[in-house]
Amino acid sequence: MRAPDPMAEIRASFFVECEELLESLQDGLTAMEGGASDSETINVCFRAVHSIKGGAGAFGLDDLVRFAHRYETVMDEMRAGRLSADAEAMRLFFRAADVLFDLVRAARDGTSLDEADIEATLSELEGLTGGSPKPEGEAEAVEFTPMTLSLDLPGLDISPDEAAAAPGWDISFKPERELFVTGNEPRHLLAALSEVGPLETRCDTSAVPPLWDLDPEENYLSWSMRLAADVDRERVAEIFDFVDGVCRLDISRCSSDVAGATACADRLSPDPTSARPDPEPEPATVPIAEPSAPTPVAAAGQTSPAPASPPEEPAKPKQTVRVDLDRIDRMVNLVGELVINQAMLTQSVAEMGIPANSPVSHGLEEFMQLTRDIQDSVMMIRAQPVKSLFQRMARIVREASASVDKRVRLVTDGEATEVDKTVIERLSDPLTHMVRNAVDHGLESRDKRVAAGKPDEGVVRLSAAHRSGRVIIEVSDDGAGINRPKVKQIAEEKGLIASGLQLSDSEIDNLLFLPGFSTASKVSDLSGRGVGMDVVRSSIQSLGGRIAISSEPGRGTTLQISLPLTLAVLDGMVVRVAGETIVVPLGSIVETLTLAGSEIRHLGPRTSVIHIRDSFVPLLDLGAELGYRTPLGQYDSSVVLLIAKEDGSRSALIVDEIQEQRQVVIKGLQESYGHVPGIAAATILGDGQVALILDPVDLMARASGATRAAADLTIIPGREPSAEESLHAG
Amino acid sequence: MALQVLAVDDSRTIRDMLQLTLSGAGFDAHFGEDGVHGLEVLEQTSPDVIITDLNMPRMDGFGFIEAVREQPRHRTTPILFLTTESAPELKARARSAGATGWIVKPFDPDKLIRALHMVAGNGDAR
Repeated sequence: MRAPDPMAEIRASFFVECEELLESLQDGLTAMEGGASDSETINVCFRAVHSIKGGAGAFGLDDLVRFAHRYETVMDEMRAGRLSADAEAMRLFFRAADVLFDLVRAARDGTSLDEADIEATLSELEGLTGGSPKPEGEAEAVEFTPMTLSLDLPGLDISPDEAAAAPGWDISFKPERELFVTGNEPRHLLAALSEVGPLETRCDTSAVPPLWDLDPEENYLSWSMRLAADVDRERVAEIFDFVDGVCRLDISRCSSDVAGATACADRLSPDPTSARPDPEPEPATVPIAEPSAPTPVAAAGQTSPAPASPPEEPAKPKQTVRVDLDRIDRMVNLVGELVINQAMLTQSVAEMGIPANSPVSHGLEEFMQLTRDIQDSVMMIRAQPVKSLFQRMARIVREASASVDKRVRLVTDGEATEVDKTVIERLSDPLTHMVRNAVDHGLESRDKRVAAGKPDEGVVRLSAAHRSGRVIIEVSDDGAGINRPKVKQIAEEKGLIASGLQLSDSEIDNLLFLPGFSTASKVSDLSGRGVGMDVVRSSIQSLGGRIAISSEPGRGTTLQISLPLTLAVLDGMVVRVAGETIVVPLGSIVETLTLAGSEIRHLGPRTSVIHIRDSFVPLLDLGAELGYRTPLGQYDSSVVLLIAKEDGSRSALIVDEIQEQRQVVIKGLQESYGHVPGIAAATILGDGQVALILDPVDLMARASGATRAAADLTIIPGREPSAEESLHAG
Repeated sequence: MALQVLAVDDSRTIRDMLQLTLSGAGFDAHFGEDGVHGLEVLEQTSPDVIITDLNMPRMDGFGFIEAVREQPRHRTTPILFLTTESAPELKARARSAGATGWIVKPFDPDKLIRALHMVAGNGDAR
């Protein structure tokens, strides 16, 4: 295995941490906007920005450091109570958080941002504190460049001629009591000094009193040293930086090289004035210690119980391990292979005719259970709450609403819903577009809203939930709904549909997904960006998902995305139809039943329904829908799978035989065949056979109604519907 | 014997970098994620030197240092303050809280190691 560059790894994990920090910043700001005024909430925000600054400095990400520093400075004003969290301040804080987000991304990806934009945000932000942008902001930022250690040793200036003198330094050092109180140790300092160069050390013990007078915590020793090294003063002073102010220190150049040895030696002799413990410097240091010391303790004591209030989450960090995504993917693949392997084993065992109550069968059952558990656990590793995605959408809403001058409130629901990481990443773009659309097109202008008797603040609702083995994500607005006559008119003008067609409401709504449909006449500068709803739909489809639209005039529009929980494995029912083996996702099957002829009702020559418990369900022959066969004349006592869509509507699929339920590993067809109507993917069965995995809802949507029951037989026209026709007729 | 270091910082990135630097220089590093956690870790270890951040949830660096100094066995344990600010008043505050020294963040690894040796000596010299 190659040894990865540790700094590169830390850098990568820094950006991961940044995402988390930005998330808690968002959380904190949202809490503040919601009225949380406790000090811990603003502290959380402050620390998030501060930590980003700290890490960014380590990697020399100067733009990020500079921005974070100035942002943090303004935030510190609020923390200190000199700035109130009014609406304007919150708006700017949010905007700055967005810029920070961009800067993090830019730093990560090595891209650059518009300086002017950043500067504008900063100056507005700094305008909050009343002052003009502080020049020190820049100056202070310089301190975050690596290597800087400020050395403020007063009265130790070197004259130029000293600097030009021979190599070597005379140092006299007399620790004070305070030096020991802060945990410093002269021995280590001298050792550190000796590493700079050859060191001659003399310890003056003349001040040590008789034992009975000795205060064990007082220092009576002093040192005179000569350092024979050609280093600059800073190098020497640096060693005493920590003890500056708690010792008596004198650093001076040796005056000459040859005679200097003696001169230095002379100067090394104990100086009677410095040999005695001097009581004066001590009180001088005490004032520093006394007044400020109790304050931080008290402050800490007051703030520590605060995490009990709202933003509790960051206070109890979960233990986590960072794992390379490749490793997880490898594991997912291996588990997939394991599932196939287990299926093969089950099949061989069945073929050997081993009784079901034998130890082998029992063992195999446990093996299946374990495989399933492993699979679930592996999937859980990849799963992430959609919260981060939703937070990004909050920003889209802010930006979009500002640019079209609408007041919009984003309401989110089900943020904790977990979805595969890849799905979350790939959802970002389509969801962004949908949210932007909702703000731009979905919601009416403020005047129109008021005129319609609605509050002038529009609501965009973003929700996520698990339903029947899938993830449902909805974007809805409380706007005017789809303007159906206009949509139809546009589609006709653009030649997407023949004019004069009678279309149902939902058919008109679905016109929005047609490639080439762009409601340019009402597109503002905001949405659009060259992406139409057709692109949104195809990106959802590439994730194995579906998108549906529904709208109610005057009440708003809802876009619903339904996605598989995982992209790797599926619980399926293996069925036979027209001699083919097909896998139907188990999650979509409500129940299975055997058809009795009396349950079939005919609505027309091409449509039949079955009567199940007080409701009528459209009946489809899977074999005919997939083009494997012509519709059968007789469906009496056929096996039927009752399929449910996410919206609850149902259809019945006729198959020849149900073979078994099993887990199958999804092998995508997309890359080789593109989107195959009615088919989600393929899989390899236990006996090595390839079977198609059905996308029942897609199939239902495209259903041709080619299924006919026995009674229709006499009126079948003399042609067979080809697969092409059956699948495209809908 | 390797010097034992307890480093307390709420930023994972900084902890990672400290780990890299410290283990590379032959120190045994233990980590706390904030002041409170740092004190818990302190119970189970006996560090030769402690490094702490300032801004942390639950208990900040000042609170942590005071709490450490209150323990008799750590009255003189060297404590380095890791901070982004290097303002003189901050140093004074750090010192009055009982810090031994300070390192400006982002830290230069060599400088950090030198500073550690400066306050805690070399492990083998003990």
